[in-house]
Amino acid sequence: MLEVKDLHVTVEGKEILKGLSLSVNPGEVHAIMGPNGAGKSTLSAVIAGKDGYEVTSGSITFEGRDVLEMEIEERACAGMLLGFQYPVEIPGVKNIYLLKAALNAQRAARGEDEIPAPEFMKLVREKINFMKMDSSFLQRAVNEGFSGGEKKRNEILQMLLLQPKLAMLDEIDSGLDIDAMKVVADGVNSLRDANRAILMVTHYQRLLDHIVPDVVHVLVDGRIVKTGDKALAHELESRGYEWVLEESAA
Amino acid sequence: MASEEMEQLVRREYTQGFVTDIESDTMPPGLDENTIAFISKKKGEPEWMLEWRLKAYHQWLKMTSPSWAHLDYPPIDYQAISYYSAPKKDEDRPQSLDEVDPKLLETYEKLGIPLHERAALAGVAVDAVFDSVSVTTTFKDKLAEAGVIFCSISEAIRDYPELIKQYLGTVVPSADNYFAALNSAVFTDGSFVFVPEGVTCPMELSTYFRINAANTGQFERTLIICEKQAQVSYLEGCTAPQRDENQLHAAVVELVALEDAYIKYSTVQNWYPGDEDGKGGIYNFVTKRGDCRGDRSRISWTQVETGSAITWKYPSCVLRGKDSIGEFYSVAVTNGRQQADTGTKMIHIGEGTRSSIISKGISAGRSNQSYRGLVKIGPRAKGARNFTQCDSLLIGDQCGAHTFPYQEIGNSTATVEHEATTSKIGEDQLFYCQSRGISEEDAVSMIVNGFCKDVFQELPMEFAVEAEALLNVTLEGAVG
Repeated sequence: MLEVKDLHVTVEGKEILKGLSLSVNPGEVHAIMGPNGAGKSTLSAVIAGKDGYEVTSGSITFEGRDVLEMEIEERACAGMLLGFQYPVEIPGVKNIYLLKAALNAQRAARGEDEIPAPEFMKLVREKINFMKMDSSFLQRAVNEGFSGGEKKRNEILQMLLLQPKLAMLDEIDSGLDIDAMKVVADGVNSLRDANRAILMVTHYQRLLDHIVPDVVHVLVDGRIVKTGDKALAHELESRGYEWVLEESAA
Repeated sequence: MASEEMEQLVRREYTQGFVTDIESDTMPPGLDENTIAFISKKKGEPEWMLEWRLKAYHQWLKMTSPSWAHLDYPPIDYQAISYYSAPKKDEDRPQSLDEVDPKLLETYEKLGIPLHERAALAGVAVDAVFDSVSVTTTFKDKLAEAGVIFCSISEAIRDYPELIKQYLGTVVPSADNYFAALNSAVFTDGSFVFVPEGVTCPMELSTYFRINAANTGQFERTLIICEKQAQVSYLEGCTAPQRDENQLHAAVVELVALEDAYIKYSTVQNWYPGDEDGKGGIYNFVTKRGDCRGDRSRISWTQVETGSAITWKYPSCVLRGKDSIGEFYSVAVTNGRQQADTGTKMIHIGEGTRSSIISKGISAGRSNQSYRGLVKIGPRAKGARNFTQCDSLLIGDQCGAHTFPYQEIGNSTATVEHEATTSKIGEDQLFYCQSRGISEEDAVSMIVNGFCKDVFQELPMEFAVEAEALLNVTLEGAVG
């Protein structure tokens, strides 16, 4: 589904990703772990198409399409959706308006008509209940005055509504208390199915207790230096990253 | 009036009996006493009005054009302007919409301008233009029933001289400023509204009259009076881009609110801003002022400004009556090479007076925009309060936004708050929306509309919808 090959990325002249390769198949949940500054967030940002990241070599393909040739919104409409670590506030724009505009944009890209309002409301209510959010969220401005936990729930709410093929979650666990973590994890787990892949970037193993990954990658200094299963995450938790570095250097 | 009824009225065939009372002639360029006498005579004005004009003219001669605004334009040659031009003859106008610039029609379409209005706005010589006159007449009957006078200022000068003598120039004196003096000398037409004591005007004034308003020319004069406990909501302007051969526009609007009266004045203005280099755009120098003369009176200005090459405009409130309220809500959008220096003045004179200012400036392209606001609290204005919020949004990196707040506080019991922000349209906000699948253009429009929401919700419903559409059209291609 997603193929990243020998990806080199520089930001403001500094090389952040130095030959990263990654292959994600439908139905899989991948976790990318690594120390601060390893390039974890860069990977998801580049896949989503954020400005300021220069791909100097390598390739990214999604279902056979060259992702680097696609506009940001095309990538989203193709089914790649990024859940932000720090979702931005948009004053004056109601959350429900953003949700509807996004859903309709994606439907339009698939050649479908706009969703009828009653159907949309029914869908939103169902998802918002699942995320244990109050319906007043819909009327509030996008992320404005939301707590850290509320912002993250809101990101997952968008995922539930937009049903991406590849859900990318950037440090979705940061700033969450244990209850919020559970709700967010339930939301992500509900997305798991044979046709969908999930790519999580995280710092801590504790998220992986709630969303159990199929594959765990260790990203250090712009490269994936080790890949394993969920046992690897536990090992990282108890031993830190140092040994991986030494092992890969050896 | 139900909208079908209105549609019918507008579609109704041109019935005989419509005569234009203006012979088709145009004054040669130039301004002197003869010009003014000519205009006054054309309008069939009484002698006292001519004298009033001439007095203003002599004051104007002694004045100089203001230079304090953050605007850059070549000196205006007032002798090169024609001060009276009759409407274009039918045979000189496009005979049908097929002859009109398709781009203009496309814009009307996007703005949701009703079909029957498009022709009129595009200057097509069709019955629709005249039909709007019969609509006017129908409205007038209904207004007359309520005792509301709504007519052109020329008619008012002829038919209600006592009211004109009592109120004209009492809010904006003819020597108030350079452009107001010029307007007082040469104004050609405008609107007059009088709402008698205790009456709430039964309809929002002027949605359908805007077609006529489009033809009132470059020196418009408007006077609105609300007696005790009277209320009116007046809509000015049009979202459709208005082209005009007259480059200089200098309007004066005066509002008078007596005890417990409420005047809500909403403007959506979209004069031709000129081409990409700013060539040919309208210079718009406007003096708008409301006088809250009575206790507990309230005047509210709401404006959405997207047009003109140059805008110089500060709708103001003089809060004379005890506990009177002044409000100013503004969205100004500049793109291309437009320049706008706009804001408001709130003059607190009476006790317990309150004012709110919410100004949203959006600059794109290579445009320049300034907010200039004065809050003045006099020594007798005990317990006066003002709240000012002034936000600027920049799109791209070649535009400019400036804020010039002035405060003159004459007593210690006043409360004055000022908040100002300047932000660049967030690349992060854009990325966030786009990464949800929303196109860049739609994302910009969504973010900008959100930014303006506090002001849009002050607009009458149908204006609000048009204003959003207008914003989108104005900012088309502003990004990327």
